[in-house]
Amino acid sequence: MSKLLLLGDEAIAQGAIDAGLSGLYAYPGTPSTEIMEFVQGSKQAAELNIHRQWSANEKTAMESAIGMSYAGKRAMVCFKHVGLNVAADAFMNASVTGVNGGLIVVSADDPSMHSSQNEQDSRFYAKFAMIPILEPANQQEAYDMAYYGFELSEKLNVPVMLRITTRMAHSRADVQRKDVKKQKDIKLPSDPRQFVLLPAIARKNYKNLLLNQPSMEMESEKSAFNSYIQGTNTDMGIIATGIAYNYLMENYPDRKCPYPIVKVSQYPLPKKQITELYNTCKSIMVLEEGYPIVEEMIKGYLNVGKPIHGRLDGTLPRDGELNPNIVAKALGFNVTEGQPVPSIVKQRPPSLCQGCGHRDVYEDLNEALKEYGTGRVFADIGCYTLGALPPFNAINSCVDMGASITMAKGAADAGLVPAVAVIGDSTFTHSGMTGLLDAVNENSPITVIISDNSTTGMTGGQTSSAHGRIVEICKGLGVHPDHIKVMTPLKKNHEENVRIMKEELAYQGVSVLIPQRECIQTFARRKKEEKKESND
Amino acid sequence: MKNDIILAGVGGQGILSIAAAIGLAAVNNKLYIKQSEVHGMSQRGGDVQSHLRISDAPIASDLIPAGKADLIISVEPMEALRYLPWLSAEGWVVTNTVPFNNIPDYPQTEEILANVKKVKNHIAIDAEAIAKQAGSARAMNIVMLGAASLFLDIPFERIEEGIRQLFGKKGNDVVELNLKALRAGREFSEKNR
Repeated sequence: MSKLLLLGDEAIAQGAIDAGLSGLYAYPGTPSTEIMEFVQGSKQAAELNIHRQWSANEKTAMESAIGMSYAGKRAMVCFKHVGLNVAADAFMNASVTGVNGGLIVVSADDPSMHSSQNEQDSRFYAKFAMIPILEPANQQEAYDMAYYGFELSEKLNVPVMLRITTRMAHSRADVQRKDVKKQKDIKLPSDPRQFVLLPAIARKNYKNLLLNQPSMEMESEKSAFNSYIQGTNTDMGIIATGIAYNYLMENYPDRKCPYPIVKVSQYPLPKKQITELYNTCKSIMVLEEGYPIVEEMIKGYLNVGKPIHGRLDGTLPRDGELNPNIVAKALGFNVTEGQPVPSIVKQRPPSLCQGCGHRDVYEDLNEALKEYGTGRVFADIGCYTLGALPPFNAINSCVDMGASITMAKGAADAGLVPAVAVIGDSTFTHSGMTGLLDAVNENSPITVIISDNSTTGMTGGQTSSAHGRIVEICKGLGVHPDHIKVMTPLKKNHEENVRIMKEELAYQGVSVLIPQRECIQTFARRKKEEKKESND
Repeated sequence: MKNDIILAGVGGQGILSIAAAIGLAAVNNKLYIKQSEVHGMSQRGGDVQSHLRISDAPIASDLIPAGKADLIISVEPMEALRYLPWLSAEGWVVTNTVPFNNIPDYPQTEEILANVKKVKNHIAIDAEAIAKQAGSARAMNIVMLGAASLFLDIPFERIEEGIRQLFGKKGNDVVELNLKALRAGREFSEKNR
């Protein structure tokens, strides 16, 4: 089979397809989005009729994947690290139900928060759920792990986490494909009550999960993804996990590191290899992308053994992603940087596109709120979060998906009236609807602006589950039809839109304003495609 | 051989098509490649960069270490300066001279270019003007690729091949236009290095 040049995300997608994937479930989120996008664009996936539609949120995605696994087929679910918080209820219980068809959970972490609100490390979740983790060091491993992960999942009767970080997700390298496996046929679980987590059954399943732990450790010890690499200088031994291994080797151009290394790409930690390293070396250095989870485990609470170096003792920074230079410094190498950045170079933060409808929404809203003063706008996750920056300075919060509506409600409960929520269409159907129901039930004096650009914009324009449904959803949730107002955010409508906003801000109940205008990025793409089609 | 390249620009300027063309040329030349990209929030008009590494031996890190880049290719002059800490002492900066001004405190173009000229090895090229001469301002990226190609250890024919592959679907006119832009960029570097 031919070699392909693939992003880490794409390698995972191709690996899963080739391993007989029947269904992919996901909600867009950087840096995980390209997995689903690749499968959606794949001719092979279309021919095989693999499920490849976006879900409303990560929890619905996770649950659908569990359902497909129940039916005996191989399923994969993908999201960014904070998406796992949304899916956590289903995720934690899936390790207790076990699987039928193989189930891989891809969680893409974003250390250094390139496009995220925190840098939580998904490996804690896998440890919490007591399931294995695969953490690729390169794109070939990403492919191989997706390919092998289903088998591991079926063998151990648990979901398997495939944990990647931003650099792995968004870096391209060549990948050698394997033979394409056939999809599984429908086959119900041999125990019809396996997925019924009534306490009596859950207790039994949970005991099995605990009994299963040594098998998981054994799989790690014999896994080809983990290796013990001999070294001549035993003053120090190095544990390098995932892509941290690459940064280590980058510092040895001949690829010969003098220290013994345990390269870890499958968890639970391979105890045999780690113990050998500890017994052989005078000290240990742990290189890991993310939180110091391995370092903490090796060190223990009392830290009474040999010296353990890593992020906890300051050998490496406690936060942020690693790079070859950070690792070089930890190893005691000098780093010679090039010239400094000239002082005239200015910051260039991201900003809302010229012509974007969110811009008009914020110009309207800032005007309408003048008489009430600032500090009362609760926003959400999406392009419109950029309304926090100049020239708008329009919003006061961005916490998690859907929090705009519920935070506005809480603030209104406290007496901050009017309180305003700004949320996008896709975020609204992801996690905003239940909060709106809370507000309706209490007739909270809040004004909810659903800035509808008819797409999931920040991640590049994926289909929004909300498309064409928002007004009906709001009516269905009980918002009074007189206080659901659709508007068009354009300069020429500024005065009219401000007037409507002022009216609804004064209303002592739930109002929903829906400024609707297509994202200019998807608009431009659509026009280009239409033009191309008419030329063909 | 190894070529460690930083591609720089502003989100939406399309630095990834340059990376794709070099990537294809490298693969056609049976070289190893790793290319790290920026997706997500920064693409909304923020500064973006891509680390592109090509080598005849396996490559370890997806990121280029500081002070080790052989080449900075920037489609925007201020962005070229942002990555100087990555440039090696003998490395080249190849930059477009046309500013992309989307911030309120953008410095004077003359000041920026004066700083570019302080770099020992540099090519400053008005890639837009040359692209227009070749037939379309949109070929600016490919002019930049042509200008930078002089400093890559990949035969020029392979890069031409990469362009043919990249634009083949869009028809012969588009291929020829881009090849013209590529050659014009290279010619500029040959004369001005």
